Amino acid sequence: MISTILKRLLGAIPNLIGVVVVTFLLTRALPGDPAAFFAGASGTAEAVEEIRKKLGLDKSLPEQFIVYVRDLARGDWGMSHATGQSVLTELTTRLPASLELTLAALFLAVIVAIPLGILAATRPGSWIDHLCRGIATAGVSLPTFFTGLLLAYVFYFLLGWAPAPLGRLDPYLSAPAQVTGFYLIDSLIARDFAVFVGALKQLILPTVTLALFVLAPLARMTRASMLGVLSADFIRTARASGLAPRTVLFTYAFRNALLPVMTTLGMVFSFLLGSNVLVEKVFAWPGIGSFAIEALVASDYAPVQGFVLSMALLYVLLNLSIDIAYGFVDPRMKIEN
Amino acid sequence: MKPRTLHRSFLFATSVVLLAGMPALSFAQDKKQETLIVANETGPNMLDIQGVGANRPAYGVAWLAYDRLMTYGKKKLANGVQSYDFAKLEPELAESWQIAKDGMSVTFKLRKNATFHDGTPVTAKDVKWSYDRALAMGGFPTFQMKAGSLEKPEQFEVVDDSTFKVSFLRKDKMTMPDMAVPVASIYNSALALKNATKEDPWAGAWLKNNTAGGGAYKVASYKPGQEIIYERFDDWKSGPLPKIKRVIQREVPSAGNRRALLAKGDIDMTYEMPPKDFAEMSQEKGNVKVSSVPAENSMIYVGMNVTKPPFDNPKVRQAVAYVLPYDKIMQSAMYGRGAPLFGAKKPVTGTEWPTATSYTTDLAKAKALMKEAGMEAGFETTLSFDLGQGTVSEPMAILAQEALAQINIKVAVNKVPGANWRAALLKKDMPMTINRFGGWLNYPEYFFLWTYHGQNAVFNTMSYQNPAVDKLIDAARFEGDKKKYAQDVKGFIDIAYAEVPRVPVVQPMVDVAMQKNIEGYTYWFHLQPDYRQIYKK
Repeated sequence: MISTILKRLLGAIPNLIGVVVVTFLLTRALPGDPAAFFAGASGTAEAVEEIRKKLGLDKSLPEQFIVYVRDLARGDWGMSHATGQSVLTELTTRLPASLELTLAALFLAVIVAIPLGILAATRPGSWIDHLCRGIATAGVSLPTFFTGLLLAYVFYFLLGWAPAPLGRLDPYLSAPAQVTGFYLIDSLIARDFAVFVGALKQLILPTVTLALFVLAPLARMTRASMLGVLSADFIRTARASGLAPRTVLFTYAFRNALLPVMTTLGMVFSFLLGSNVLVEKVFAWPGIGSFAIEALVASDYAPVQGFVLSMALLYVLLNLSIDIAYGFVDPRMKIEN
Repeated sequence: MKPRTLHRSFLFATSVVLLAGMPALSFAQDKKQETLIVANETGPNMLDIQGVGANRPAYGVAWLAYDRLMTYGKKKLANGVQSYDFAKLEPELAESWQIAKDGMSVTFKLRKNATFHDGTPVTAKDVKWSYDRALAMGGFPTFQMKAGSLEKPEQFEVVDDSTFKVSFLRKDKMTMPDMAVPVASIYNSALALKNATKEDPWAGAWLKNNTAGGGAYKVASYKPGQEIIYERFDDWKSGPLPKIKRVIQREVPSAGNRRALLAKGDIDMTYEMPPKDFAEMSQEKGNVKVSSVPAENSMIYVGMNVTKPPFDNPKVRQAVAYVLPYDKIMQSAMYGRGAPLFGAKKPVTGTEWPTATSYTTDLAKAKALMKEAGMEAGFETTLSFDLGQGTVSEPMAILAQEALAQINIKVAVNKVPGANWRAALLKKDMPMTINRFGGWLNYPEYFFLWTYHGQNAVFNTMSYQNPAVDKLIDAARFEGDKKKYAQDVKGFIDIAYAEVPRVPVVQPMVDVAMQKNIEGYTYWFHLQPDYRQIYKK
């Protein structure tokens, strides 16, 4: 098993090299001129040239690429000129924020979507099936920033139930010492219960917003896959053999229906991480999505490259863990040497 | 304080400090009274105003965490808002100064008891190091220093520990005021040098994330893209001790949410909202007040590239100036927030700036001018604007497009993303632009130097070059005689408005929305919040 994992990881290296080359070329092909952007309000032509030299952008493309790869090999991901920080620090502080939000949203979506999908599949045409369809349609068709603003308006502004959309923590609380970067976990490690509650409260609205959005593919996939499995021969056999409906549904049908749902889950997860920028903007969430977008707007090369590279790394790891999880759900799918 | 927040802080206090009852509550109340929570669209991207690519909010950090030798005085504006007074310089780190008899140098006496945040006394060596650094860092700080004829390190001289002398290259009235702008901040040279490296002798990398200042506030925590927290420097000697002990400045990009936060009382202050929100908030009766000042030395305009036909023809430019729908722009793009720079009944008289042109929307005149120019058939062109300024520029562009069609000018609107805008301006090939420019030093000739002078700086977006105007601008810069100066200023404004390479439209407002109990807001030319004078009632 371990050697298989290693093999898979080695196999990912060509992909990563490809990602490094392509992102480098793509960022250079962007129309903006970072030197002009960073020259600031009173940048004259000479000032721009001066800054171009400082940023190393006066060198030829191959030279820039060699410098980039050399730095990367030493673990230096470059500097973000827009935020003035090293890309690696930015990623390590922002990625946990996005991950915490995304994981919370996925968790919520899964515990709602899977029962909903199963119920809809076992009672096609019933009110619960229509409810499932309705939620799925609404979730996909409402843009996340709209849902976010609407939720903030109703639950914060009108009702006053939710805390102020001011980011990860109430301004009067201070962040727990960083261990994992997840406030919920770090606050428990620090035994700071007030911060835990504060962080949890701040999480609720953005989590619901994101969860609504990903509910749809998960619920629909569960429903479709369950419907397919439920009409399969082995289920008919199980039923004919007089197995309890509960056993048929969960032990046989659901387990078999889970594979496509897991694939969807993996796809949704990686998609969410990069694309929850709108939710981050609405709730002032200091995540990685808004960081990447701002870097793109400023033609700030290093963070864009760093962002794509870290996403590629995450994706590789994610695919691997989903493949491993397949093995647990369905022994036939176990990764073999 | 509202009941809800009281309730929350009570819950908070009882759950954290299990045994404490009322003392904890009053502590929390004090904390709120001495804490200011501000939410803005963007925060500083670094803590060093002299660093490459420092953004506008970084000017605010310099203003609070660092001192200058001098600062500006204060005055009350007609609408009751407190503003800085560019005509008056007051002591900050320097307790006094003397201009030499020949008017070619100035000698500053530093405060003897002033220290940096780490307790090191401030000496003239630090001042020289800081000014040298501003010249050495290149880009914006260097150019800002040059605008005040501060160009060579030899100009700065350490006489003794508490005496600092600046020699002038020429008699430039902007030299003294230029030493009170944020760029001329005084750094703790010993601390900075400890963190400098061979490749980085000016500690640029370290100062991005750390401060080495002696200003009224220390940076207690800085998370780029999230928040910056200031704490009062209790040993500050350069002015009256601020009343606010702690300032939390968060980044909340959504303007709608910031408005809700303010209305609910969860934040104390916010800047940078669309004009529509400010217009509505100033009408609402609630816990929020809006303080508005027309931004000094600043205008939103339509520029035309005079190097290429058809805008090389002044008649065509005048036709454009006569066809723009000024009133509609004021209503639908600006929501009335701003001073009109059009429709003046009388010709330009004094040195007041910005001043209105005499142009009004007059279709018949515009048509006649197009006919005179032989352009009755019209032409096609593009009107570009910075997407970052889209809330105002986009409706303005669409209104202009509609109006220009009346004189057969077919306009395609071109939206340029923020990063590309500066590069596009530098190329100087856009035929028509909507842009905004504001100058720090409040002199008309300073504005014209950047925007109309033949040196063709990036903000001369029209590439306008006229030797007569250049001569008047240069003369006004170094003119000592008031009457002659007024003539020069009137001269270049008259030519610029007659030849109209850029059509001034509106002088924008600087708006700040805050809770009703916030007092002491002051307008500054750098447009950044100054928490040193703010207090809660």
